[in-house]
Parts: sequence; structure tokens; C-alpha cells
Amino acid sequence: MTGRGLVLLALAGLLLAVAPLVGDRYVVSVLTTVLWFAYVGQAWNVMMGFSGLLSLGHTLYVGLGAYVSAALFVHYGVGPWAGMVPAMLVAVAVGTFIGFLGFRFGVKGVHFSLLTIAFAEVARIGFDHIQWLGGSGGFFLPVEAGVSDPLNLRGSPLLFYYVILALVVGALALSRVLLHSRLGYQWLAVREEPEAAEAVGVDLFRARMTAVAVSSALTALGGVFQAFYFNNLFPEQVFSMGRSIEIILPAIVGGIGTLIGPILGAFILTPLGEALTFVLEESGFDLPGLKQLFYGVALVVIVVFRPEGVWPWLARRLRLVRQPGEGA
Amino acid sequence: MTALLTVSGLSKRFRGLKAVSNVSFEVPEGRILALIGPNGAGKTTTFNLIAGVFPPDEGTVTLKGVRLTGLKPNRVCAAGIGRTFQIVKPFGELTVEENVVVGALARERSVAVARSQARAVLERLELLDQAARPARSLTLPDRKRLEVARALATRPTLLLLDEVLAGLRPTEVDRMVEVLRELNRREGMTILMIEHVMRAVMALSDQVVVLDHGEKIAEGTPAEVVADPRVVESYLGAEEG
Repeated sequence: MTGRGLVLLALAGLLLAVAPLVGDRYVVSVLTTVLWFAYVGQAWNVMMGFSGLLSLGHTLYVGLGAYVSAALFVHYGVGPWAGMVPAMLVAVAVGTFIGFLGFRFGVKGVHFSLLTIAFAEVARIGFDHIQWLGGSGGFFLPVEAGVSDPLNLRGSPLLFYYVILALVVGALALSRVLLHSRLGYQWLAVREEPEAAEAVGVDLFRARMTAVAVSSALTALGGVFQAFYFNNLFPEQVFSMGRSIEIILPAIVGGIGTLIGPILGAFILTPLGEALTFVLEESGFDLPGLKQLFYGVALVVIVVFRPEGVWPWLARRLRLVRQPGEGA
Repeated sequence: MTALLTVSGLSKRFRGLKAVSNVSFEVPEGRILALIGPNGAGKTTTFNLIAGVFPPDEGTVTLKGVRLTGLKPNRVCAAGIGRTFQIVKPFGELTVEENVVVGALARERSVAVARSQARAVLERLELLDQAARPARSLTLPDRKRLEVARALATRPTLLLLDEVLAGLRPTEVDRMVEVLRELNRREGMTILMIEHVMRAVMALSDQVVVLDHGEKIAEGTPAEVVADPRVVESYLGAEEG
């Protein structure tokens, strides 16, 4: 990044840190949603953006993280700070199992994506029948008004806001460290040209498996947050295909494979949705499906005009990153 | 003279079609051996068998006495063989420097050290001024040189070059020949190259192996090979070198 880019990033961080002090409850709740999508988009980006593995079933890891941590809390009284570890481990176990199936048996490209959808769908239908977790009727975390217990992630919206903000910052930092590591270079090589990567010594299987492991673990953490923020889990929602797509849209709009892209994308899409709701309600034209229609049109416009994402374009225009040829 | 690479009795069939049939040859340490022959003679298949892209049906490949047969390409690279691709395969969205860094990381854990190694390799191949450009934006000659740079960065003991001169203009061919000769003379790099440009084969190689229909039909010094009537008939006569 250029000096200008770093200053802007620091400013944005500062703004987000003080936003709840100036904004009302509504602003905080919208920003929490934005940051959640930024976080999960960042996690998904590790697989698709860094390693070229298109997962279309990322709700699987969100859901596993959510259900595992919620079950531990409700049934055994284990708080989320401890529960997030098994939540991540379960997601990693399932993720690497899918990865193992895919990479050992040569399930590539689109077919790998289908595999990820299939597992998410199996989870959606399967969790409907696990009565221990509420089945299709939903699984609920106990809610007590006015309780402030950060150790169990129980408290005001403000608590959740700062937790998700910390997660976004953490995921961004981790992604940056990974991308500049030996592993990160190998991921990018595998994404670009697997055959050539293998010829320069990259173990394709290991590189892809680590990408799946990191991505699923991070995503599961997003699931833990979701469980304790919303306090209710329905397989139909948590594991839905639509949700999987919602997760990947910010990264696509912002710029796949970039560090800032998923965050910027979330800051474009969620407010866009909110603004559409507001405008349609105010204008009295709120027909069913109209919001989705406008939302879809806006998406098409962005993707058609900025196919590589908004961030790479913005960064070039505002000189936020070094351009090729400007030296390292 | 000790053999660095020994290929013996290598055979590969694709759906019954014999692509490579009982091919044997040795590449002596510090020498340049050229593999020539008409299109479809099995040259690239032989390369892929050595590099581990697929296993041979029969035969063995050994490097300094270590058996490589059946190893995956990444293990073959670790064993000391660096290769280029006939159809160049740059990591397009990465910069030229990053491409070569990936190569250097084959034997180096530190990214910083790998980067300085990569820059040294780029300098030798006269690509340093392009280091920050995305690899996809390079011209074909530069892409070919990038292929060589990336393979060299893995610090191989044997370099496999698959038609790195094809598609280059005569002046560019001369430049590349000069680079390869330097590598061989100054650093003792052993090279096995598939090449169609006979001028370069004559200028560079110590030894030539000729393949036709998957079989070895001749072997010898460049002068011997071009005088061989079978070679003239199957390759040189049929196709203008």
C-alpha cells in the first residue's frame, strides 16, 4: 500500500472504532451486519481468492460453528470463548474431509463447487432432524434482558459490534500475513497454474488442504458469532444456499483475491440493501420482490462495469496501492 | 564421465497408442543433451515421464542413482529437476518477480531470502527491469525467459527445457542460446532440451538423441546425427530445420 492507502485505512479503522459513540442503535446493527459479511467474505476469500477453490457451500462452516458453540453453551454451559475451539475443529474436520474427497479423487473446478453445495445441503436437511439441536423448529439460546456477561458473549449490541470489528481486523491481519508467507505464494501459484506450481515443488494436495482448513476455521468463528448475536438457529436459514451466495457476494463485488475487497464489498452491498428498503418504504412503492429486483440490477451493474472488483479499480484511481512499475 | 540422469527402457501408452517405446539414454553431468524428432515423436511425453507428470508403463528414471520413477512432479523438483513448459505457464496475475520467488521457495523457507535469490536469477536472464510487471503482460520471448528463470530459481541439478526457443526471432534465439551456454559453461548446469531450432541444437548440444514414433532412432554428437541417413529421412529431410 502507498502512504495514502495506509492513512485511509487507519482513518476507516478509527471511524469504525468510534462509530457507535455517534451512531444510534440502527447504525450499530447495520454496521454489525456489514462487518459480519466482511469477516466471512474474508474467510471465504482464503479459499477462492488465494487458492482458486470455489466453495459455494460456505454456510456449512458458518452453521457448524454456530451449532457446535450453541450446543456446548445450551447443553453443557460451555461459553463461546472456549466453545469456539471445538467449533473451529469440527468445521476444519468436515472441510478437510470434503477437500480430501475432492483433491484425492481429482474432483476439480465446477465439480468441486458442486461437492461443497452438496455437503451444505446435506447439513441443511440433516440438521432439520437432529432434535437435540431443535430440528427444523429451531435452536434457541437463552436470552436475559440487561445481562452483561462478556465472558459468555452475552450483552448489548455494542459488545457484539466490537467483537465483530476485532474479528474483521484479525482476519485482515491474518490474511495479509498468510499472503506474504511461503504458503501464501504457493496458494497463489496453485490458483494461477496448478501444473506449473507442482513443477516448482508445490505439493498441490497440501496447499489446497491448508487453504480449506484456514478458511473453514475462520468461517466457523463467524458462525459462533452469529449464534450468540441472533440467539436462534434454523437449519433452513443457517445452511441455505441463498446464504452461501450472500457470503460470497461482498468478495466478488469488492475484488476476489484482494485483502480489502471483501470488506469494501460488504460496505457497498449491505448499505445498498438497507437504502433500497428505506427508499421503497418511504416512496410507498414497496411491492413484494421489488427490492430484490433493484438489488439484482445494482449487482449486475457493478459486476459488468468492474468485473475485477471495485477495490482494484478504486485503489488504482486513488493511488492507494503501488502500481506495477513503481518499484517495490 | 558420470551420468547425472539415466533413462532406461521408458515406455508409455495412451489408449493403446505407443507414445514412448523402450527409450533409453543418459545425460552426463555438466553436458547439454538435445532431444529432437518430428512432431508426435514422443519428446514431450518423455519429458513428462521424467518430470513425474504421469508414471511410465515400463522403465525407470534415476537422477544421480536416485530412482525418481513414479514420484509426483513436486517431489521430482525437490530431487533436483527443474522444467519449463512448451506452452508457457506463467502465474499470470503475479508479477514477474513473484513468479520466480515461488520457484525459489522450493528450497528456501524465508520469503525475504527467496526474493533476493529471485532477483539474482532475474538479473541473469535480463528480466530484472520487468520484475514488477504482471507476468501476463510479458511478450512471448520474455515469457519463455521467465519459464527458464522460474525453473532455475528452484536450484536444479538438471534443467529440462521444452522448446524454449520456439517462436522466437533469430536475434532472440541467439540471446537465449547465449544465456544457456553461460549457465552450462560457467555454472556447470546440466541441460536436457527438446528443440526444433537445429541451428541452436548444433551450437549448444554436446549430444543429440533422436526420437521418431516414440522410439530412439539415433544418438551421437550433433555432427554424427545430422549425417545419419535415418535421421535425415525421418526428420531433417521431411522438415526444414
